Amino acid sequence: MGLKTFPGGVHSHDNKEYSRQAEIIAMPLPGKVYVHLSQHIGAPAKAIVKPGDEVLAGQKIAEAGGFVSIPMHAPISGKVTKIGSYPHPAGTTGTAIEITGDGEDKWVELIDDAKYNCLSTDEMKKRIAEAGICGMGGAGFPTHVKLSPPADKPIDTVILNGVECEPYLTADYRLMLEQPEAILEGLRLLMKIVGAKQGIIGIEANKPDCIKLLRKATAGDKTIRIDALKLKYPQGAEKQLIYACTRRKVPNKGGLPMAVGVVVQNVGTAIAVYEAIRYQKPLVERVITVSGKIVKTPRNIKARIGTMYSELLDFCEGTTEDIYKIISGGPMMGFAISNLDTPMVKGSSGLLLFNKKEAAKDAEHTCLRCGACVEVCPMNLAPSLIVNNAKYQDWGLVEKYGVMDCMKCGSCAFICPAQIKLIQWIDIGKLEVGKRMRSRSQVGKA
Amino acid sequence: MIYAIIILGALGLIYGLGLAFASKKFHVEVDPKIEAIIEVLPSANCGACGYPGCAGYAEAIVMNDEELNKCAPGGAAVVGEIAKIMDKEATAADRKVAVIKCQSGGANNTFFRYEYQGVTTCKAAVIVNNGPNLCAYGCVFQNDCIAACKFDAISLDENGMRIVDKEKCTGCGACVKACPRNLIELASEKKRVHILCSSHDKGADSRKACGNKTACIGCGICVKKCPKDAIELQNNLAVLNYDLCIMCGICADACPTGAIIDPLKEARALRKAEAKKKADAAIAAKAAAEKGSAPEGE
Repeated sequence: MGLKTFPGGVHSHDNKEYSRQAEIIAMPLPGKVYVHLSQHIGAPAKAIVKPGDEVLAGQKIAEAGGFVSIPMHAPISGKVTKIGSYPHPAGTTGTAIEITGDGEDKWVELIDDAKYNCLSTDEMKKRIAEAGICGMGGAGFPTHVKLSPPADKPIDTVILNGVECEPYLTADYRLMLEQPEAILEGLRLLMKIVGAKQGIIGIEANKPDCIKLLRKATAGDKTIRIDALKLKYPQGAEKQLIYACTRRKVPNKGGLPMAVGVVVQNVGTAIAVYEAIRYQKPLVERVITVSGKIVKTPRNIKARIGTMYSELLDFCEGTTEDIYKIISGGPMMGFAISNLDTPMVKGSSGLLLFNKKEAAKDAEHTCLRCGACVEVCPMNLAPSLIVNNAKYQDWGLVEKYGVMDCMKCGSCAFICPAQIKLIQWIDIGKLEVGKRMRSRSQVGKA
Repeated sequence: MIYAIIILGALGLIYGLGLAFASKKFHVEVDPKIEAIIEVLPSANCGACGYPGCAGYAEAIVMNDEELNKCAPGGAAVVGEIAKIMDKEATAADRKVAVIKCQSGGANNTFFRYEYQGVTTCKAAVIVNNGPNLCAYGCVFQNDCIAACKFDAISLDENGMRIVDKEKCTGCGACVKACPRNLIELASEKKRVHILCSSHDKGADSRKACGNKTACIGCGICVKKCPKDAIELQNNLAVLNYDLCIMCGICADACPTGAIIDPLKEARALRKAEAKKKADAAIAAKAAAEKGSAPEGE
């Protein structure tokens, strides 16, 4: 039987050998953490503590700034020392709460609710929202919003994303190996909340041990299926994963998975959901991969949210060579950052370090019109057309060729033989077209 | 052969007559003034007048009584010509030139946070991590302004600074629109005193971030010293109102960082130093004279 997949995409070396064998290891408590108020898509959270306040680990320190927003909790116990501007892993700066730890890790009381399976769906959703959970795959969409589709969009399938198609990253892989029970429990709870009859865990074929383990664990369960997927990037993108597992196509032009009756969640999110519903434990830690050829001991670290990247790297005993490029997230879709003194957020899946040779880039050449980018685009766009029109600032055509449907997976820039930085041009296109769309909607309103 | 010639000749004659008839019958009266004005305009199609090209502006002058002095590249000469054609009085608008309000430029006098490897346009550079330089308001050196200028008026000097050739600049404003950091402003060519910094950072931060050490630190000395109240502090940045400025240069003399420039500053300082020397000499002479005369008084 052939492996399931989607049309398009690229084959790159997965580079997971550096950290594949490294068991998840909890990092010693950091002395200080910096909790960003905007770690998710949607309105930033509002701080409800002020400098000088004593906080316990797990205590709420910022409340949600709206429905599409999440609250933040103290990752360590200690004292709030400052609320100021700090670098954000997305490459910007943002407001963050600085907590100086007391080293004792005093928690708020966590109750083991034995009857957590009998809760009403509303109560479950409330607990998820209260725990401040957002998608842990990278984009960071608030989970409780994803689980509240309108009544006319029934959900029949929950897909857990265990693909981890980004090279280097192994955090989800280790989670699936080490905590399969928690993941399956989380999946069952998610299915219950949205009323889905079917649960699928999609895993790329380069993790045969995970597939075997989870298939064994779900042997008697007819509602849950483990799908082995072809090793191809971006297999873990939401729409591509849905197509591979269910053959359903999410419509372009802003279509959401709920349009085809599917909700997709990351495996890490499933564990957070399980812990939030059973113990009412807020999301204050996550597993992050620190990897790269030059990292002395690449590791999968369970670290508190708000830990500085520099401390994570110190925990991995630093690097063997000079660092030339730092990427927060995966190498394809992550952000290059300029400063290791950046705190991790709930969506930080990796910290990758490269030397000068690995990060070297050639200058852009003229487009050869070879069509390689069109062939690999998983969204069926023509990236070369978008980029060439962006170069001539014809934003009308850029919009017409579907720049807003692009998810910036980077397959086109990876494959381009002329080294054209397609994603950056598309970024400019998205900005300009977004401006045009906003001004149009304002004109429409007036 | 002969038939082909006859048929094609006849066809040509019929269509020729048809076209001649149509051109007489459906003739559109174009005001000859429009064409005359198009002739006079510099046909740069720069858009500084606010119309789509020179023809659009010419039409607007004749049909909609548009003002005659809107062509920035043409300057006074073109305004005169148009006035002659339209038989109207007109005075040329004050000629404006671009001023780049950042004194940092090139690798020598800028602090970088990282090495930029991306697409070589300013628009692209500022969206990556908020630009490669430490100053979040300064020039990012990808030369969008140079590419936008149709008159070749912006160039690089030996230090990598972008400089505006006042003679070539027509004040069309294309560079103003091209700069994603909004560093370029149009000011009358007669103006001499400029505040060349756009950083809204707090004083200590902007001082640290500026590789050229000429950041406006928002100290407000210029605001206090200006005799015409032409400078105000807007969010840690001194902003000059060119309409009120009389170019006395007091602000440039007072600025502790050199963010305010005045080409005559050095000459003025020299003059002052000389005057002081003279005064000192006079005082010394007087003192000497008094000293000399003192014994006489005894």
